[in-house]
Amino acid sequence: MRLLCPNCGERDVREFYYQSTAAALTRPDLHADEAVWDDYLHIRDNPAGKTEDLWYHQAGCNAWIVMCRDTVSHDVLSGHLATDKRRDTEG
Amino acid sequence: MLVLKLIAKSPFECLLPISCGSVSLAEYSVDYMTLVASKKGKEKQLSDELKAAHGMALPASNRMTGRIGARCVWFGQQYFLMGPEPKISLNSFGRLTDVSDGYAVVSLQGSQIEQVLARLVPIDVSCNVFKRGQTARTLIQQINGSLTRVSDTEFQIIVPRSMTYTLVKDIERAMQSVNARTVLGLHAGKSIN
Repeated sequence: MRLLCPNCGERDVREFYYQSTAAALTRPDLHADEAVWDDYLHIRDNPAGKTEDLWYHQAGCNAWIVMCRDTVSHDVLSGHLATDKRRDTEG
Repeated sequence: MLVLKLIAKSPFECLLPISCGSVSLAEYSVDYMTLVASKKGKEKQLSDELKAAHGMALPASNRMTGRIGARCVWFGQQYFLMGPEPKISLNSFGRLTDVSDGYAVVSLQGSQIEQVLARLVPIDVSCNVFKRGQTARTLIQQINGSLTRVSDTEFQIIVPRSMTYTLVKDIERAMQSVNARTVLGLHAGKSIN
């Protein structure tokens, strides 16, 4: 698999470390309900199709990347810096 | 009173230089190595300051600026300043970390460097794709390093100092393999049978 790094371009998967779903970036409020935290920590979607994961470019530029890929076609669609993504959601 | 005199040792003592066939590997000795991190949104000011202090601008992503003796290499989230002692004025817009004893630099030279590197790195390093002044953070066999094309026949490689022995052995083996094929008259696409 070839992944897309926004800094380095298209790179081999061996340069990356997989973390989890990109939903991990949208952390609930500290005082949110137990159910909300339970959902955030443990409940995962398992989509057939477009999915967003967090990957760390450990043997490259050391950036955390939100990678959008398709679990059916195995296409890698886009890669964005996690810092930018987080800034977008938090405003 | 006993006065201790400490002698700086080369990271490649007893290891380099080596050569095999048309390719040679030598230490590139650097006085100061400094990691430079820009303050948030201050890249332009830091670049101007670097230009005033050391004569080169901050490189764009995947690029190197400067010349022999004073280079600045894009290093992922930071910049790798090698050669001069960093001027304190850089502190206004960035943060400096001295890593002079943390990294080691080699120069790989020769006409078949691309064939040698093709055996070690997972990216395309051919001349028409990976041009002079271009740099990449990538794997050199098993080491996270920095690879920069200095000229058509020279690459500069930066690795953690603790990895120098492994680096030399990995490159040496690749050099020998490439040379063996040359000696046997084998070229890309041609097999022993």
